[in-house]
Amino acid sequence: MNLDEFDHHTPIEGTTFFDGKMAMIGYPLNKMCFSFNKAAAREAYLADPEGYMESFGLNEAHKAACRNKNVLEMIAAGGNIYYLAKFAGIFKLNMQDIGAQQTGVTVEEFKEKLCRHGD
Amino acid sequence: MAKIIGGLTTSHIPAVGNAIAREQQNDPYWKPFFDGYPPIHAWLDKHKPDVAINIYNDHGLALFLDQMPTFAIGAAHEYINEDEGWGIPVLPPFKGDAPLSWHIIESMVDDEFDITSCQEMPVDHGFTVPMQLFWPGLGKHPNFPRAIPISANTVQHPIPTLKRALDFGKALGRAIRSYPDDIKVVILGTGGMSHQLDGERAGFINKEFDLMCMEKIVTDPESLTKISRRELVRQAGAQGTEFLMWMMMRGALGDKVNPIHQNYHIPISNTGAGTMMLECID
Repeated sequence: MNLDEFDHHTPIEGTTFFDGKMAMIGYPLNKMCFSFNKAAAREAYLADPEGYMESFGLNEAHKAACRNKNVLEMIAAGGNIYYLAKFAGIFKLNMQDIGAQQTGVTVEEFKEKLCRHGD
Repeated sequence: MAKIIGGLTTSHIPAVGNAIAREQQNDPYWKPFFDGYPPIHAWLDKHKPDVAINIYNDHGLALFLDQMPTFAIGAAHEYINEDEGWGIPVLPPFKGDAPLSWHIIESMVDDEFDITSCQEMPVDHGFTVPMQLFWPGLGKHPNFPRAIPISANTVQHPIPTLKRALDFGKALGRAIRSYPDDIKVVILGTGGMSHQLDGERAGFINKEFDLMCMEKIVTDPESLTKISRRELVRQAGAQGTEFLMWMMMRGALGDKVNPIHQNYHIPISNTGAGTMMLECID
């Protein structure tokens, strides 16, 4: 048995493993974000965010992260990026917008960084 | 008997779907990416596969965390595309091949792979973007094949190991080759390559690792099974785990393949984009 197989919870810098531990704390948040596949759900959230969050049983950490539209906070609260992308879609934020927000740079700086990987 | 004629890989980035909808194939940003496909179009026009097995990972359209299968196989006559929430155009339905799906399911469970069968399975960009890239025009394309989606879990850890992915492909290959109809099948391994969307490491891309994977998947896929899942996340990024789908594809092709064409370009959206055409050697 490869010893690496035993330490799959060892941290990788700037990376959260979405595993059972995160899945347990993030379930209501992820379930709400999954609902945003439907246009009617996106409209319902925009019309009454607090009521919509309450209907999925979000806790205070989930709600605060959503109010702040802060992706790192949503991840810390158990959010999974594939579902969070649907939350971001409500506000027309794409993956470069999200990347810039998480890394504390402008969108242009984030795009430049991506291009430099090809050098 | 059914014959597997080759395997194709491509990244399946949603932004590509938008670029196709806006006909931006010749824009300077997109051209180096789309230039990777005409040699594959020529090969597909020559060989005209009847069925495409499209191995991808659902990103939260068909499958949610309430019931998350590790390996899900479509068993429908038709697969619809639906709104994913952030604005790529919804495409017309894709024709399936339910009898072949059930043959694969029977054969793979007989081979001790515990898979989930799906008679309804909306397909997301992971499935649709590769179909658009390989068969532009989709249903209007004269040789548009029937398709069977296979989705592997890369949403939630624990995800399958690279060895399991390769072994899955080997069992899939045995299943297809034992199908009595004289059809030609192509296997699509989609997703990847290195990228990370979430966390302070967002924007991570690893060209050296991607190019190593593109070399080894041709010559020595078994060597890639020594990479642990944690090491895969470290080297390829949190979503670079989609390379599992390439391993599943490769397993189905047999021991030796002829690499006909490949292309690699950074960046498309946040991703190192890799495209390959591998022909089976009888």
